[in-house]
This record gives sequence, structure tokens and C-alpha cells, in this order.
Amino acid sequence: MVRSRQRAALVGTVAVLVTAVAGCSPQADDPPVDPPTPGPCNPQWLDTIVPRTLTVGTDQPAYPPWFVDDAPENGAGFESAVAYAVANQLGYEPDAVTWVRVPFNNAIAPGPKSFDIDINQFSITEERRAAVDFSSPYYDVTQAVIALEGSPAASVSTLAELREVKLGAQVGTTSYRAITEVIAPTAEPAVFNNNDDAKAALRNGTIDALVLDLPTAFYVTSAEIDDAKIVGQLAQPSGSPEQFGLVLDKGSPLTDCVSEAVDELRDNGTLAGLEAEWLAEVAGAPVLS
Amino acid sequence: MQRRRAAYRRRQSVRSVLIAAGSTAVLGTLLVVAVANSPGWPRVQQSFLDPAVAVESLPAVLRGLWLNVRLLVFCAVGALALGLAIALARTLRPAVFFPLRAAATSYTYVFRGAPLIIVLYLFTFGVPGLRLAGTPSVLVLGGCALVVTYGAYLAEVFRAGIEAVHPAQRAAARSLGLSHAQTMRHVVLPQAVRRVAPPLLNDLVALQKDVGLISLAGPIDAIRAAQIETATSYNFTPYVVAGVLFILLAIPLVAVTDWVTMRAARRQTWAGTA
Repeated sequence: MVRSRQRAALVGTVAVLVTAVAGCSPQADDPPVDPPTPGPCNPQWLDTIVPRTLTVGTDQPAYPPWFVDDAPENGAGFESAVAYAVANQLGYEPDAVTWVRVPFNNAIAPGPKSFDIDINQFSITEERRAAVDFSSPYYDVTQAVIALEGSPAASVSTLAELREVKLGAQVGTTSYRAITEVIAPTAEPAVFNNNDDAKAALRNGTIDALVLDLPTAFYVTSAEIDDAKIVGQLAQPSGSPEQFGLVLDKGSPLTDCVSEAVDELRDNGTLAGLEAEWLAEVAGAPVLS
Repeated sequence: MQRRRAAYRRRQSVRSVLIAAGSTAVLGTLLVVAVANSPGWPRVQQSFLDPAVAVESLPAVLRGLWLNVRLLVFCAVGALALGLAIALARTLRPAVFFPLRAAATSYTYVFRGAPLIIVLYLFTFGVPGLRLAGTPSVLVLGGCALVVTYGAYLAEVFRAGIEAVHPAQRAAARSLGLSHAQTMRHVVLPQAVRRVAPPLLNDLVALQKDVGLISLAGPIDAIRAAQIETATSYNFTPYVVAGVLFILLAIPLVAVTDWVTMRAARRQTWAGTA
């Protein structure tokens, strides 16, 4: 009896080791030699909410080009692809990744989190670090201005002209910060609950121009509002460049591992490849100054 | 004898005040201890009650609150006027006025039932979408949505007041030779309005909180300003700041409501005992 239990335990351990090794096999050349040292960053040791599963949060709806069809599970769209790449780097099979929908405010509220990592175009800032952990950045962002073709705002070519335009942005975004800090318009900007409302306001003429991150601006002008165009992109706000990072609970035991995984993905070119695949058209918009 | 009675009563009331104070203190201490000893308290305190963030966000939130206040004044006046007009239309008896009555009734049914947010969407996104010349700003359109919605609530309050005036009052006024309009103006409405003043003021307090919903159309009110501040720092203190400001703003209105209610109650008791 005792013996059979021991055997079961042994079989279990071997199975776990095999799975773990299989998970890391693309990176680790000779995994059996040093099992104790690289330990902490694999599904066996990571202290996730659901053991051996990586729970990833994002908002609902999730927008292109970051996600496709509002279905993060499909691996399509830049952020979905990054999430699966990070999971894979940590040793999680795609079916060990589960998604939860987390509104912006819940993701940053104190208290227990329903996710291990949250990927939702969170810009990294020092102030925000007081409330949450960020992974290493996985994308460098610029903000862009779009306007309806033929409108006065569409022919703007300098920041000074842009100051006179009635601008709008989604609440809680760095797009809004770009308006107040980089453009500093004369009129108070309009702030919307989400980009759908902001797009409706642009179509209605309630606002003359809308500020979005550049990939979203490309998607909106090419696929959603046919008669809109990108007026130009904005220079980065003073100080450090704007970058997206994965959000983790403050003091999460996973932060270092996730950051290592992101760094590795950047170094081995995976991130650049995903960017080319999902955000390809993002280039060439004139910088307004 | 009388003096002893007074002294006894005073002792009793002092005693009950002391007991009330004591039990409040005990309960308060228990609450504070429970909250402050919870494991997440330091982070919650930092996220919701950070004095530095509060000071920093105050100017923006106050600027937003100014929008709430201006909007409240205009919408309150508009909704009261509309509500009164609708209530009067609903109480018109002659058969000729059936269409007017029916329209007023369906208006109160529709707009008391329709969620304010949806009415706001229709007014602030739907109407400009028509691209008509001379469309007013979203601020005006949103104000109209608020007036239309709250007008429906207030109309029902006014109607209740009008119907609560005893028919004998009306009959007496008519028999004195007053027309329907004069009866309403001089006899019915003064009594009706006085009677429903507390629920009217109550609706105005609710309106005060709802004017901020106009922010979904773009304007930045106090809560939206707090949301923007929260998004830059990931700290929720600005919401608490906005909440406190709203309470301060509501206190005068609530106090007036209580005072009016009390006065009405006292007057009715006197009338009853006289």
C-alpha cells in the first residue's frame, strides 16, 4: 500500500518534470543538468491564482488591432499574441492560458486581483508604479490625431494650429495627457467613456479631431471611419518615452519572471515579429511640431 | 412639583444623550479598529485617502463641480417648469383636451421609464448625428435630456399634490366665480406646491447627482475630472474628494428639505388640534 503510493508520487513528479522540461524545451538546451537553479520561472513554481494556469486580464470590449473580434482567446491581434508569447516563454501551453475581463478601474484598484497579468495598453508611468507592478515594456507608443477628410482640422500641419481645434480623447488614456501636455489646446478637450463614443462624436462633428494611439488611429481610419484620415503623430511628452507594460498586482511574485520573459522576447526578435504581423502599417505619419 | 418634574426630565435627557454618545463611540471605535487592522488597510488608505493626491486633484475637481452647479441650476428651473406644465395638462377635465392629456400622460410614462443614460445618449449623440444646421452644443442637448427626464418625475409629484387638494376647495373657489385658471392659480396650486415641497426638493437632490452623467457626451464634470486624475496616478483619492464635495453641495438642499417637511408637519398638527 505504502509502496504503491510512493510509486504514484514518483510517477507524478516525473510527469511534472517532463511537462516543465517540455514547456521550456525551445530555450533550454540541456535542461536535465541544472534543474534547481533556473527553477522559479516556470509553471511548477510560479504562484499564480490558479495553479499551473496563467490567468490574463483585459478589458471588454477588446479592440483591434490589439485584439481581433473581441476574442482574446484566439491569439489574434498584437496584445493577444504578446500574451501567448509571454505565457509560452514562461512555459505555459496555450490551453493553460485563461482570460478574464477586467475593467480599467478594477485592474488598478487595491485588493485581490482576478488576474496574474493584465494586458490592455497600460502605459507605464512612475506615478502608476505606486499602485501596480509593471513588466518590462513590450511596445513603444506614439499618439496620433485623426480628423474627418475635408474638415478644417484635417489640413492642420503644426501643433500651433492644432491648439485651436476642438479635440477629444478617451478617459483614462495617455491620449488625453498628450492633449493637455503636448498640444495644450485653447478649448477644454472632450472626454469620452470609450473610443466608440469618441468616434461617434467625431462623426457627428461634436469634436473636430480625435487623439488615439497610432495603431488604433490606423485601424479607425482604415477600417472604421472611411472618410477620416491621420492628421499626424504627436511628439512624446517630455521625459521618458511612452511604453506599454503588462500590469501585475503590486508586489506580485510573478513580476520579475514576466519581465524576464518580455525582455527575452524583445531580445530574440519575437516582439518585433508580432509588431510586424499585427501593427504593420504603423509608419509614415508626419510628426506635428 | 413642576420644578422637580422639569429637573427629572432634564436628568433623563442628559442621561439618554450620554448613553447615545457612549454607544456611538463604542461602535465607532469597533469599526475603526476593524477597518484599520484589516490586512489591506495600508494600501486602501494609500489609494483612497492620500492627502497629497487630494490637494493636487482639488482644483480640477472643483472646476468640474462648477459645471455641475451651473447645469443643476438651469436643469432644475427647466424641469420644475416642464413638470408643472405637464401636471396641469394632465388635470384638465374637459373632453376637448383629451389629446393634450393623452400626450402628457404618455410623456410621463415614457420618460419615467427610460433610463437617463439612454435618453442622454439619444440627445447628445443622436441629435448631432442628424447634422442639422444650428444644432446646439452637447451641453445644451444634455441639459434638455435631463430636463425631459426629471420633468416627468416632477410632473407626477405636482399631480399628486394637485389631486391631494380637497375637491371642496375647488368647488368653493368655482362657486365664488373664479375661472378654472384662477382657481388653479390662487387656490389649488399654492396648497399643492406646499404639500409636495419635500418630494420636489428630494428629486432636485437626485438631479444634482445626475447632472454629472452629461460627462458621457464629452464635457468634464467633477466626477469625470476625478476619473482623469485617477487615471494619471492610479490613485482613487480624487473620487473621494469629488464625493465629499457633492455631499457638501447637497447639505443645504437636504437641510431645506428637512426644514420644509418639519414645518409642514408642525402646521398640520396645529391644524388638527385647533
